[in-house]
Amino acid sequence: MNNSVTNTARLLGAGLRALLVLTVLTGVIYPLAVTGVAQAVFPGTANGSEIKSEGKVVGSSLIGQQKYSLDYFQPRPANGLGVNSVNTQYRLILSGATNRSADNPDLIKWVKEAKAKVVRDNSTADHKVSPSDVPADAVTSSGSGLDPDISPAYADLQVHRIAERDGLPVARVRKLVDDHTEGRTLGFIGEPRVNVLELNIALRELIRGQ
Amino acid sequence: MGPVLAGVLQLLALIGALALAHIPLGNHMAKVYSSDRHWRVEKWIYQGIGADPDTQMRWPAYLRGVLAFSAAGVLFLYLLQRLQGVLPGSLGFSSIDPDQAFNTAVSFVTNTNWQSYYGEQTMGHLVQTAGLAVQNFVSAAVGIAVAVALVRGFARSRTGELGNFWSDLVRGVVRVLLPFSLVVAVVLVACGVIQNFSGIHEVGQFTGGSQQWNGGAVASQEAIKEIGTNGGGYFNANSAHPFENPTPFTNLLQIFLMLVIPFALTRTFGVMVGSVRQGYAILATMATIWVGFVALTMWSEFAHHGPALQIAGGAMEGKETRFGVGASSIFAVSTTLTSTGAVDSFHSSFTGLGGGITMLGMMLGEIAPGGTGSGLYGMLIMAVVAVFIAGLMVGRTPEYLGKKIGTREIKFAACYILITPALVLVFTAAAMALPTPGHSMTNSGAHGFSEILYAYTSASNNNGSAFAGLNADTQWFNTTLGLAMVLGRFLPMVFVLALAGSLAEQQPVPVTAGTLRTEKPLFTGLLVGAILIITGLTYFPALALGPLAEGLAS
Repeated sequence: MNNSVTNTARLLGAGLRALLVLTVLTGVIYPLAVTGVAQAVFPGTANGSEIKSEGKVVGSSLIGQQKYSLDYFQPRPANGLGVNSVNTQYRLILSGATNRSADNPDLIKWVKEAKAKVVRDNSTADHKVSPSDVPADAVTSSGSGLDPDISPAYADLQVHRIAERDGLPVARVRKLVDDHTEGRTLGFIGEPRVNVLELNIALRELIRGQ
Repeated sequence: MGPVLAGVLQLLALIGALALAHIPLGNHMAKVYSSDRHWRVEKWIYQGIGADPDTQMRWPAYLRGVLAFSAAGVLFLYLLQRLQGVLPGSLGFSSIDPDQAFNTAVSFVTNTNWQSYYGEQTMGHLVQTAGLAVQNFVSAAVGIAVAVALVRGFARSRTGELGNFWSDLVRGVVRVLLPFSLVVAVVLVACGVIQNFSGIHEVGQFTGGSQQWNGGAVASQEAIKEIGTNGGGYFNANSAHPFENPTPFTNLLQIFLMLVIPFALTRTFGVMVGSVRQGYAILATMATIWVGFVALTMWSEFAHHGPALQIAGGAMEGKETRFGVGASSIFAVSTTLTSTGAVDSFHSSFTGLGGGITMLGMMLGEIAPGGTGSGLYGMLIMAVVAVFIAGLMVGRTPEYLGKKIGTREIKFAACYILITPALVLVFTAAAMALPTPGHSMTNSGAHGFSEILYAYTSASNNNGSAFAGLNADTQWFNTTLGLAMVLGRFLPMVFVLALAGSLAEQQPVPVTAGTLRTEKPLFTGLLVGAILIITGLTYFPALALGPLAEGLAS
């Protein structure tokens, strides 16, 4: 009995020592080495791909923002996004999805309402949007709630509204969208997309510059 | 080009990349685990541990090493979380409650990476890098070690010796996982993944005001998260979060990374047992199931059945624009057929059948290609069962790789395949029978049941993904899911190592005209059939109540 207790203790000691040594290697040296390289070679991306407009940081090109006025391009809904509930000395963005199933009554309601709003907001005097024109990404929340992009179809759908509200020619706004449309990587990886923050920064420059 | 074609091309690109990479990586791992030379840094580590890396261990000693190391890991990680509030590097975050700290400690040590916490508001730099990320490395290395011990059981004869656990553990980290992760982490940073140790960033917004996000060593953790099939995200949204997975390219890279070691281990197996064709048969079995499941999921997601998705005009709920439906489907299947559990889209909002396939992928035991190490040993257990079934058909003592599958061996294999289904079904039934666990559901009806079935399937199979509407941060779920993870990880390992020991003692039997040729396509077909029938029948009633009911109703 005593013997087996000592053996177990000895074995646990070896396990603990192994863990500590490997912690130094993979939990201290490794992350510090990667951070060193990252900060030296890629400081922009390593610190969050911050993006400036008119001399001020206006966010990260990777993190989608909400609450743009209708004068600007609208992002996707983000019904799964939260605010932090613990360590409330901060106001952290809490990434997340709605996790509602395809037959969930909340989700059905959200999608219907979002669709009606997209149709209403984007129909102008001489341009009527039909519900069947609305792409899926315009009425659904992304996985992170921070999706920085919308589909080119959703950006195109907003062109007439933007042109009317901002007093710009439709063709000019459409060109702006085209210039900010990124195709699939190497032609087949991922999906075509438009970065909403970058597009809106360019739009603001266009409005102020005219 | 349409999205369907783009999805198919991404799948083909992955197949091509894996076909190219698995041979050199598999050969490398075979050399790593067969070499009798120690690197200098490894000798220092052995001195630190106080272990002799050249002592050969029989299966009980090997198992004791696995258990002692893992127990130390749970204890250390538990204490690190409990003390977070008083340790430096916490970002000012408070200590973690006991039930959640237990759940998380167990989760990362068992290579599950189930998360009942929100990373960005809960875990500071110290716990993330020196606690969670360390287990990403070592739990993966433990998995590979156990798989290699089983392979040695097939390769060796008339000895009970399976190798040295400390040596296998250290070599897995030093010669395989660490160098690979270093390279990948730098690539990820170049593509946009963050890597810093600054505190909370306060950043201006376009519309005025500001937003706060936390920095962190994300790229270094992201690399091993996929390579080690761990899957625990730095942020709550996991690989859907743009700071973890910023571009379509990083997305495809992450899918590749979670698949490459499990597929390459079939090569390691082939080389170590002296017949690469045996490795190809196992590889073909894994690849058949993986490609088939991807095709089914893509078909279901592009068809987007289900009321909300029909109104929306596409299955984009819970999916990111940059990945789209095709790449998200490949990611979802790959993460649940390996033991990764990372997500780039949220499975709960998939179509009924698409979500059901992710669940079935885990229920198969995560063997196609499975987790780092656990995929190979799980698949080899199924191969043992398949030759046994074939042996029964022709009335001949079954053998695999020259080793007789006798009463003892088949008992170990049978115990192995019974453990996880028992855990999943008993815990699910208990949660459904009790009054309070159901309060954690976000969705009702069939999908609500699926949330709970998914949770226990994920925990018992050490996957870690979720139908994340389930509020799992309750004492009931933290405790029972924690138990499911421990039992689902270590009980199967007991039987794997016992089987390995029993095989290693045998004298090989010569190949005769009556031997079942396990390197032929016929055997691959038999193995695929055995896997689908055995697990399919075990879980069919539960699946019928959840995803099948939901999928067929829409």
